[in-house]
Amino acid sequence: MTPDIVYDQMIGMGCASKLVFSWGGNPGVGSLHRFRDAVEKGWPCPLEIDEHEHAGMAARYAAGASHLPFGVLRGYLGTDLAQYSSATVKFVDCPFTGERLAAVAAIRPDVAVVHAQKADRKGNVLMWGLLGAQKEVVLASKKAIVTVEEIVDDLDAPMNAAVLPSWVIAAVCEVKRGAFPSYAHGYYGRNNAYYKYWDGVSRDRATFQAWMDKHVMQSKDFGQFLQSLEAEGLHV
Amino acid sequence: MSETAYTSDEMMTIAASRLVRNGAACFVGVGLPSAATNLARLTHAPDAVLIYESGAIGTRPSVLPLSIGDDELADTADVLVSLVEIFTYWLQGERIDLGFLGAAQIDKFANINSTVIGDYRAPSTRLPGAGGAPAIAASCGEIVITLRHNKRAMVKKLDFRTSGGHLEGGDSRARMRFPGRGPTAVITDLGIMTPDPETRELTLTSLHPGVPVEKVIDNTGWPLRVDPNLRTTAPPTETELSVLRDLQVRTARAHAGA
Repeated sequence: MTPDIVYDQMIGMGCASKLVFSWGGNPGVGSLHRFRDAVEKGWPCPLEIDEHEHAGMAARYAAGASHLPFGVLRGYLGTDLAQYSSATVKFVDCPFTGERLAAVAAIRPDVAVVHAQKADRKGNVLMWGLLGAQKEVVLASKKAIVTVEEIVDDLDAPMNAAVLPSWVIAAVCEVKRGAFPSYAHGYYGRNNAYYKYWDGVSRDRATFQAWMDKHVMQSKDFGQFLQSLEAEGLHV
Repeated sequence: MSETAYTSDEMMTIAASRLVRNGAACFVGVGLPSAATNLARLTHAPDAVLIYESGAIGTRPSVLPLSIGDDELADTADVLVSLVEIFTYWLQGERIDLGFLGAAQIDKFANINSTVIGDYRAPSTRLPGAGGAPAIAASCGEIVITLRHNKRAMVKKLDFRTSGGHLEGGDSRARMRFPGRGPTAVITDLGIMTPDPETRELTLTSLHPGVPVEKVIDNTGWPLRVDPNLRTTAPPTETELSVLRDLQVRTARAHAGA
């Protein structure tokens, strides 16, 4: 829904042929330059887009999690979005009131990858804070991989907490600081300065490629990636 | 009246903040809307309820967020809800009084483009896109739009309509059964425009201090209607300016230093 720096990197490295989204920018900073370059110039390869509004994407994931073919909302009317994304937005008449409503196609990803705070040794996952659509995405996907800050003996989850039981998750991996440069509530804050730094890295094709080679392609895991940034004097 | 110097961006933010009624539930995005609503909360509207689309309701950040997901918003909120819930029970449920939106382009009926400049399939500039804006524009009780005033922004015809303002004017919002009243003010760095009660066409109703009316007309891409009773926006008070500047200094300090 809101492609971020990882999406910008995947697009710039030619790993993506299609983007399904509702907002594609660097929040508070400006553009996602690799995303823009792909849409405006087809570099490094053309990027097909299926573009929505947030309310529609939320409905699409909720429909996916519910195994319904579509979600319904009061939206898209009076905008040009439905015209260009007509494969996944249609209008229907409410069978009870006759009101014209938007129907949006369910999303059922093959794989979801989300980050949470804790898992226990059985693989039950606890998350808290601004949850976004993480629960819906996990339940909409055929398989879900969850990375966590730590694996603990007991989640100590309060009643009504956001817990994903182990049997809806394919794999849990302990990846400390795995939300970087975003944050894991209760563990570390959002690295806002890094989002500003990314603007400079991603603006130019050659600078971007050199950066990806140095920090991503030559890192064997996420820990090494963070170390390579620290070696450049970045606070991570 | 204060003789303090201020920038046109400060005037724009302060004029927007004055439209926040105390106790109003406000749907807020990052950037100027965040500055305006937090300024209101710290001055004349301490009980304004700030709601960010990430799911933070009743939040009281000490610094402005860079993204709608900033942890500070979560830490200081009355309640956190999921993304699905914020758009269904809260926004579509018509519980929000006032929504603030920015725009790359608007037209004379305050319809918004935040998607592309140029052709959608081969844009000269690809912008971030809709986000929550179409739902905010449709469902909030009213909308205030803020943007800088120039001919690239105030256009005769949008390159893309991302969010509906007053659509084709007149009663077209009501015919589309949009729940909210739509844009009630467009605030720029030059002045304030409000929709005509009948036609819904934007009319210049207030000039910021020192701005000649010709400058606003020259920077608008359609023949701009001017209210015969054109007013002058009250300049920023010392309190408004000092609270806004303190907020921005705290914010810059918090976001610096990777």
